[in-house]
Amino acid sequence: MINKYAHAVDAEIISNKRVGAYHHMVFEVGAMAGQVRPGNFVAISVGGETSAMVLRRAFAIHRSMDRGGSGGVVELVVAPHGGGSKWLTSLEVHRKVNIVGPLGTAFGIPTEPVRALLVGGGYGSAPLFGLAEVLKSRGSRVDMVLGASTAGKIYAPLEGKRAVNSLTITTDDGSAGLHGKVSDFLPDLIAASGTEIIYSCGPMGMLAAISKIAGELDLVHQCAVEEAMACGIGVCMTCVLPLRDTNGTIRMQRSCIEGPVVDGSRVIWDSPRAIPEGTWGAQ
Amino acid sequence: MNFDFTTTLAGTIFPNPIFTASGCAGSGKELIQFFPLTDLGAVVTKSIMLKPRSGRATPRMAETPSGMLNSIGLQGPGIAAFLQDDIPWLKSKGARIVVSIAGESVADYAELARLISGVSGISAVEVNISCPNVESRGQVFSCNPVTAHAAISAVKKNIDPSLPIIAKLSPDVTDITEIADVVINAGADGLALINTLLGMVIDTNSMKPKLAGKTGGLSGPAIRPVAVRAIYQVKARFPQISILGMGGVTNGREAFEMILAGASAVSVGTANFGNPLATMKIKAELQELLIERGFASVAAAVGYAHREED
Repeated sequence: MINKYAHAVDAEIISNKRVGAYHHMVFEVGAMAGQVRPGNFVAISVGGETSAMVLRRAFAIHRSMDRGGSGGVVELVVAPHGGGSKWLTSLEVHRKVNIVGPLGTAFGIPTEPVRALLVGGGYGSAPLFGLAEVLKSRGSRVDMVLGASTAGKIYAPLEGKRAVNSLTITTDDGSAGLHGKVSDFLPDLIAASGTEIIYSCGPMGMLAAISKIAGELDLVHQCAVEEAMACGIGVCMTCVLPLRDTNGTIRMQRSCIEGPVVDGSRVIWDSPRAIPEGTWGAQ
Repeated sequence: MNFDFTTTLAGTIFPNPIFTASGCAGSGKELIQFFPLTDLGAVVTKSIMLKPRSGRATPRMAETPSGMLNSIGLQGPGIAAFLQDDIPWLKSKGARIVVSIAGESVADYAELARLISGVSGISAVEVNISCPNVESRGQVFSCNPVTAHAAISAVKKNIDPSLPIIAKLSPDVTDITEIADVVINAGADGLALINTLLGMVIDTNSMKPKLAGKTGGLSGPAIRPVAVRAIYQVKARFPQISILGMGGVTNGREAFEMILAGASAVSVGTANFGNPLATMKIKAELQELLIERGFASVAAAVGYAHREED
């Protein structure tokens, strides 16, 4: 069943704090919190009752906390880019917003302890901290590398830093951490940490670069893709990207329900926005 | 008061007048987590074509004021897989099914009509003729009286006569009642009004059209007055024809507006994207409003805005 735990809830905002270029927001969602797995996302109505913005906005869940009963919360890291996210981040505590979730696929968690490398780009680091906590609780080693264009766009909360064995920061402008892109440093980090599996979330270009490295080193790479969505629940067919099936057929698949977490080796990274040659049903 | 929420569309009775619009309910499997499909008047399926289609490249969508543009390119599994997988699943869930079909040639429409004729459990067929005609330099069937007539005739001649045909028309024409006239003459039992309006958004950063397909179909509340006008005009000229109204309905009051204009049932499209429970909200509000205004049935309200007396 698709999104078998998803439901809609009018959730109260219980915290909204600016962190660098982003807002860290906490929503009281009740029982939904207990059904969230790292990698899931939520879709939120924006703009209020009379809004001209008719589509929901999708946000990766940063962390969730099931407090039993009505007290469960989800935390999001929101970048105020467009009209919808600016409206959301401008809301005062105690306002309510309509949230649908949890949606989409989750990161696969190995049953045995592993050496995992978590790679985040910009606010794409958000879902990796919840994932790190789960991996650590299963006895895994968790190394993390976060990259962004500049220092203010790195999202790395203190408690998150404590949850990992090592944290490496990279910035394109050198304003924090190592000077360069995350992919420049990945081969050395993988060698130093003895990485067995890579988890990533961030811009498509970064995910493509990580997939190339993972492929060369024959490492499993689970990535959370980012595509523009209209509905988030699989009905609108706008968020598609070309994915290879187990039998090798390329199909345009919805990143909202087939993803957002997919095996990086399935994505046709050369042309994520085109219809690659040989795609099933290509005209 | 004993209120009758059933509605008759193209000679077929549906349990209530709120349908999902074609292409806005996935395969049904995406929505069943949120409500039982039996609570809908009907599921109108995505427009199905003869062969599997990948659809267009992305971006396929742009949000616009009170609406959105889409350019999906009729992505779908093709009629064979659709009849094998989608229809039995919808039937197993007890859904009322209206199958939407789309062709690239008159022969495609004829073939699709033949293929669905033997299938049980289908309440009606909605014929999407807002598709490019490959035999006429890509001109849209519904924008030309000759091709609109040819497509509906092809369906009529090849379909099981017990299956009602609902022709879905484009508002991008000079006089929609002229197209309505030719498709009724071609054998349409009902009309679906309206399809999306063709639009474009140009990204002022890239300075190019935002959609990969350049143009897209405009939907959502922005087009609702166009839909109400089209329904009203067609109902005024053809009072006997059944109309399935659609175009930016998000609440019960707006569904009521379409019924007053002449719609016997209302399809909900873009609103499903903003709220997976939109159809259920609209249905409840509509029923309450009809009762509040003193109507004993949906049928009594259909076209009520056309009355002469005060």
